Amino acid sequence: MSKFIVSVSPHITHKDSTQSIMRDVLIALCPAVVASVIFFGWRALLLTVVCVATAIFWEWAFQKLCKRETTICDLSAAVTGLILAMNLPVDLPLWQAAFGTLVAIVVVKQLFGGLGYNFANPAITARVVMLIAFAGTMTTFAPTNFGVDAVSVATPLAAMKSGTVDASILDLFLGNVAGSMGETSALALLLGFGYLLVRRVISWHTPVAFIGTVFVLALAKGGVMFGLAEILAGGVFLGAIFMATDYVTTPQTPWGRVIFGIGCGLITCLIRFFGNYPEGVSFSILLMNILTPYISSWTAKKALGGVDA
Amino acid sequence: MSIKLLHGAHVPHRKNTADCTPKRMPVEAGTLLTIPVSMNIGAPSKAVVKVNDMVKVGQLIAEPGGFVSSPIYSGVSGKVKKLDEVLLFHGASCQAIVIEADGEQTLYEEIQAPTVTDLPSFIEAVKNSGVVGLGGAGFPTAVKLNVDPAKVDYICINGAECEPYITADTRTMLDDAELLVEGIELLKKYLEPGKVIIGIEDNKPQCVKKLKELCRDLPYVEVNALPALYPQGGEKVMIHNTTGRIVPEGKLPIDVGCVVINTSTLVGIAKYIKTGMPLTEKYVTVDGSAIANPMNVIAPIGMPVKKVVEFTGGYKCEPKKIVLGGPMMGVSVPSDEEVVVKNTGAILAFNEKDARPPKTTDCIKCGRCINTCPLNLMPAHIETAYKLGKGEDLKKLKVNICMECGCCAFVCPAKRPLVQVNKLAKGMLWDYNAKLKADAEKAAAKKAEAEKEAANV
Repeated sequence: MSKFIVSVSPHITHKDSTQSIMRDVLIALCPAVVASVIFFGWRALLLTVVCVATAIFWEWAFQKLCKRETTICDLSAAVTGLILAMNLPVDLPLWQAAFGTLVAIVVVKQLFGGLGYNFANPAITARVVMLIAFAGTMTTFAPTNFGVDAVSVATPLAAMKSGTVDASILDLFLGNVAGSMGETSALALLLGFGYLLVRRVISWHTPVAFIGTVFVLALAKGGVMFGLAEILAGGVFLGAIFMATDYVTTPQTPWGRVIFGIGCGLITCLIRFFGNYPEGVSFSILLMNILTPYISSWTAKKALGGVDA
Repeated sequence: MSIKLLHGAHVPHRKNTADCTPKRMPVEAGTLLTIPVSMNIGAPSKAVVKVNDMVKVGQLIAEPGGFVSSPIYSGVSGKVKKLDEVLLFHGASCQAIVIEADGEQTLYEEIQAPTVTDLPSFIEAVKNSGVVGLGGAGFPTAVKLNVDPAKVDYICINGAECEPYITADTRTMLDDAELLVEGIELLKKYLEPGKVIIGIEDNKPQCVKKLKELCRDLPYVEVNALPALYPQGGEKVMIHNTTGRIVPEGKLPIDVGCVVINTSTLVGIAKYIKTGMPLTEKYVTVDGSAIANPMNVIAPIGMPVKKVVEFTGGYKCEPKKIVLGGPMMGVSVPSDEEVVVKNTGAILAFNEKDARPPKTTDCIKCGRCINTCPLNLMPAHIETAYKLGKGEDLKKLKVNICMECGCCAFVCPAKRPLVQVNKLAKGMLWDYNAKLKADAEKAAAKKAEAEKEAANV
């Protein structure tokens, strides 16, 4: 019996762990949470807490039920809950939010084997399911605290669809418009983007390709102001920065990420310009998730000095 | 021409002993040194001493056991106590020569500088020096240098020392710089390279400065400060980052006109050719969180790790892991009774906290391993193919060219043992190729038989 630990090399590892990466994503979303409270009031915080808490609970309960090791400490369930919350309208009934996290955690993530094995983004898939299941409440958006005095208003995208742009670019940038809680403030999301880049949690490829594609296509369709409005309104920033960069369901190489981003931008614009829905970010990311294995094999790296047999 | 450098990992440097000139450890009477006859890649050496023979410092105790092999010289004076079978830390066993030191450290009287006049005599001298790749690989240097000079375009002097903690090469470059330059002149004379490039990571500016000064008058020498990005000192990485050339799969550096030699290795050769003193001792960096006084030591080959650590001032807490070599590629050993061998560059002892391997979690497909691998391999995909037992996929993923540098496992946030998987996957690929070959032979034999039968009819 040896008194020393014998283990395989390397004997040192980088300080980043799955948990620290998830913690960084949570921190990066904090500005968006703050913005949602500023614009939509304290109920935004309540809905966020419910989403995060239920997401963690479902993961814990499912793993207990299946007699698996509990992995709530890796914080990935909390991230899913928080991202889903950012995708919901502030007045959504709480039980519907809890149902959403159930779909995200149990159906999309755990049934496929847990973290790392799901092929589609849990938060996005849950949002799409909710959009169909709760079509009414999911598309009823309250005005911001600084907006018009009304029970519900149209989102800028819906307004643009019907041909009237009523929000200023500044309001769109700051987030003083109707919409899902976390998607309206481009400023808050950009702060989070900066943090994730500095911490090297994500690379710039997907967000830049995604937002860039939407901007260029909108520019071609309706000029600079329309281009700016298209990227600032709706979920482009939230989707590009926090959902199209999800590790598990997106390509791993830089070129793969660029292709993924361009694909997302393209599908988003197709839906927005020609589809029935005013918004297409969720669908675009979900569709690209399905293409991810193909993109990965197209952009596989070529080994240095490798000789093809 | 600017070269796009290969990827790598930002490992911590921890070169705590960079300013510490190696101290020669005294050999007390009665110390037992165990010298395995297999310390390098290739055939084990053959012992030429018998039990109760008296040996002196620098005396031959084992001769090469084949073409790819190396002689061994005693680092102490004393009596051969026994010829024993020892279990090496990598699991194989081999003969070892156990010498009881008399503490006198008497020099062998027949030591004299060899006569070197041409390439064959130079290679002979390198062989007799007992020097093997001291950077860690342990490949007999004479075999590596035995090349056609017409093919040699570049000689890369590898002073990268990219592993954390180790400063043995740093001290060699500073304290033995003159010998190093003599070695470079020898290489230039006999291997006739167009250019000699000294590659040093830029976290050692003192070495870059010193060698630039000393090589001022040697127009064929270029001192190249490379970014401190692990594994800068990997052979293929060094060749690529200094010359821009890529060694193809299954080929040797000389096939692209390059020879890479480690600084300590070259100094060992130069020392032998100048003085006749062969390789009998090593610069060893002793460091790690369980070491009281990190320092560099000159230790005779065969000295137990425990004695070397005692000489530096011992452990400051209970050591829980001992690593021979750097923390990225070194081997953790079960006991501190292990000995210093030719390619031991460091002895690292870690406390409880640093010794315990982190908990492994599921792969989150972040792609860090893929984007860090200097050789553009895809460790996450290799792991999947290995788990599924897919030999054909492993072949396409080129796991065979992995140099096991450890970048992938270092950056992995899920702390997966990717290097170990690559090692196992290499074995699986080997078996798969062997099976393919056997199947092909069987099919060919069957076909030949069928044709024979057809001809008979």
